[in-house]
Amino acid sequence: MHTIVCIKQIIDPEIPADQFKLDASTKRQVRGGLSLVISAYDQNALEVALQLREKVGGKVTALCLGESGAMGAIKTALGMAVDEGVLVSDPPLLESDPFGVVHILAKAIQKIGVPDLVLTGCVSGDTGDKVMGPLIAEELGLPCVTFVSKVEVKDGKALVRRIVEDGYELVEAAFPLVVSIISDDSNVPRYSKLKDIMVAAKKQVPTWKTADLGLDGERVGAGAARLQMRDVSIPERDSKCEILDGETPEERAERLALRLRELKVI
Amino acid sequence: MTDVLIVAGGQGNPPSQNTLELLGAARRLADATQGRVKAAVLESAPTPLTAGLFGYGADQVFRAEHPLLNGYQGDVYVAALSQIAAQAAPQVILLADDSCGKEVAPRLAHRLNAGLVTEVLAVEGDGPAVLFRRQMYGGRTIATLAAQRFPVVATVKPRTMTPASELAGRTGEEIAVALTLEASLVRTKVVQKVAEEVRGVKLENARVVVSGGRGLKGPEPFKQLEELAQILRGAVGASRAATDAGWVPASWQVGQTGKTVSPDLYIAVGISGATQHLAGMTGSKTIVAINTDPDAPIFKVAHLGIVGDYKAILPKLLEKCRDLTQG
Ligand SMILES: Cc1cc2nc3c(=O)[nH]c(=O)nc-3n(C[C@H](O)[C@H](O)[C@H](O)COP(=O)(O)OP(=O)(O)OC[C@H]3O[C@@H](n4cnc5c(N)ncnc54)[C@H](O)[C@@H]3O)c2cc1C
Ligand SMILES: Nc1ncnc2c1ncn2[C@@H]1O[C@H](COP(=O)(O)O)[C@@H](O)[C@H]1O
Repeated sequence: MHTIVCIKQIIDPEIPADQFKLDASTKRQVRGGLSLVISAYDQNALEVALQLREKVGGKVTALCLGESGAMGAIKTALGMAVDEGVLVSDPPLLESDPFGVVHILAKAIQKIGVPDLVLTGCVSGDTGDKVMGPLIAEELGLPCVTFVSKVEVKDGKALVRRIVEDGYELVEAAFPLVVSIISDDSNVPRYSKLKDIMVAAKKQVPTWKTADLGLDGERVGAGAARLQMRDVSIPERDSKCEILDGETPEERAERLALRLRELKVI
Repeated sequence: MTDVLIVAGGQGNPPSQNTLELLGAARRLADATQGRVKAAVLESAPTPLTAGLFGYGADQVFRAEHPLLNGYQGDVYVAALSQIAAQAAPQVILLADDSCGKEVAPRLAHRLNAGLVTEVLAVEGDGPAVLFRRQMYGGRTIATLAAQRFPVVATVKPRTMTPASELAGRTGEEIAVALTLEASLVRTKVVQKVAEEVRGVKLENARVVVSGGRGLKGPEPFKQLEELAQILRGAVGASRAATDAGWVPASWQVGQTGKTVSPDLYIAVGISGATQHLAGMTGSKTIVAINTDPDAPIFKVAHLGIVGDYKAILPKLLEKCRDLTQG
């Protein structure tokens, strides 16, 4: 079983509000001194891939399109004991919209060799489109299942747990398959072992550029974007919270109930 | 002239809440540009849905009936909607941002070589362009995106658009679509469905939501939240920290990755108020926060707050709410 996990490197999405800044001209977040991380659900996807390897064998490859510094994300994945990494990094490519990104990722997946399983996060922590999994499936002509927390292999087929509005579904599909991963208690990302981090540091990771992938120039870069970003702003939060006091917690609880009654919400 | 095609869900009349919200958004956009509202209905047998769609603002219904359209299956839905879109030729295609819409929209956009925008909060015409608003950076920002090419496929975030209201006696044109669908299209199969939200009201429709987070430190205290929800005839939600810990099912999650709720009352217990959580609940009318940390960001969006330990507060709150609602 070969699994390719698509990982995106992003600025830590859980920083406090006062550290979040936008660049007025690029309309993107300002990096500043903030730390970079592998987008949250991609870490869960790595965990799913590693658990699968433990069960059925095979190998796991981490694939990232990003700045040259995204080599750090690949190294982090290798530190979790992923077998191989591939970085695609070429500045003009980073301006691509999701249809450009999917073209690049699909070309890279084909160059690696289409695996049994392609995993993505269900949503990236910055742009947050929730589209890349299904787009990769279309681009490669593969079936897909989204918002999956668990992947098992049964009788040579995938049996996955898909989270839906009112619970979950078990969905069966043949390989090769694209799955987007959501978190639950079964795929909490593991900590790296020191030994694996040391191996990762020495591991050779190829960096591919436009020419290595035979990309269609019409599909990538800022010029190909199908939507234009007109504006981005940080909404104001007018905090007018009425803090209920009282001598004891019980008094405060009682006041809360009475206020809710006054407001006719209970 | 912007013709809008909505993908209708459910089967009933009146249509489902998600469908009414799509119709509301579509009608406003079409009216502003003298366009038409078209609705795609996918079903395996006739249902009252078509009549309901006319009553709530559709000008045309593209009805596709096929045995394979018996419940959602991604491959079949994408194929069917591609064919309907070819016939209806809309500029904008709106789907609900639910578990089906999220899976179908990107695939449909890819096949139609269309634009794509997800989790739309507002849509409006701007001359020949169509503008979409959505959150980015986990709810920290609001972006305005202009469609550069048509058609454009968009998913609409539930509980953010004003639903369509009924116009009595309104009718429209029903168009039967002859689909070419083969059983061999089907590549994924649901072998088991497990419903987890059994008690009381559905989270996304509840008028009162009581949510718990990491501050509860385990699954046990959720029993008290369930009790409070029951007294207030509401539902229980959770932060990602609580669902990731396995304290409650993943389908209870509220926020960017979970559900969007906009109840009359939202009570956040032991939830810090990360933007990704706020992304799913700031539409609530009255927000209450119970948290030990007076600087927790949840107090920036709450209307009423108690700084304190939930352990000391919940029992009394339960008791008092019970008294008030039964009295
Ligand atoms: C891409 C992405 C998507 C995400 N999507 C979601 C999402 O959909 N929904 C979501 O919720 N999160 C989401 N998150 C996670 C989010 O960023 C936060 O990590 C999460 O919401 C934190 O959950 P919490 O508030 O329960 O925990 P914490 O942030 O740890 O807060 C716990 C709070 O409990 C308080 N507390 C502790 N003890 C007590 C006590 N005894 N009584 C009262 N209060 C107490 C603390 O003061 C603290 O404020 C997402 C993150 C990413 C990166
Ligand atoms: N630049 C990228 N490199 C690798 N994977 C990516 C990239 N962008 C998106 N993805 C994958 O697609 C998922 C969903 O992203 P999105 O559609 O942007 O929400 C992410 O969680 C990643 O797994």
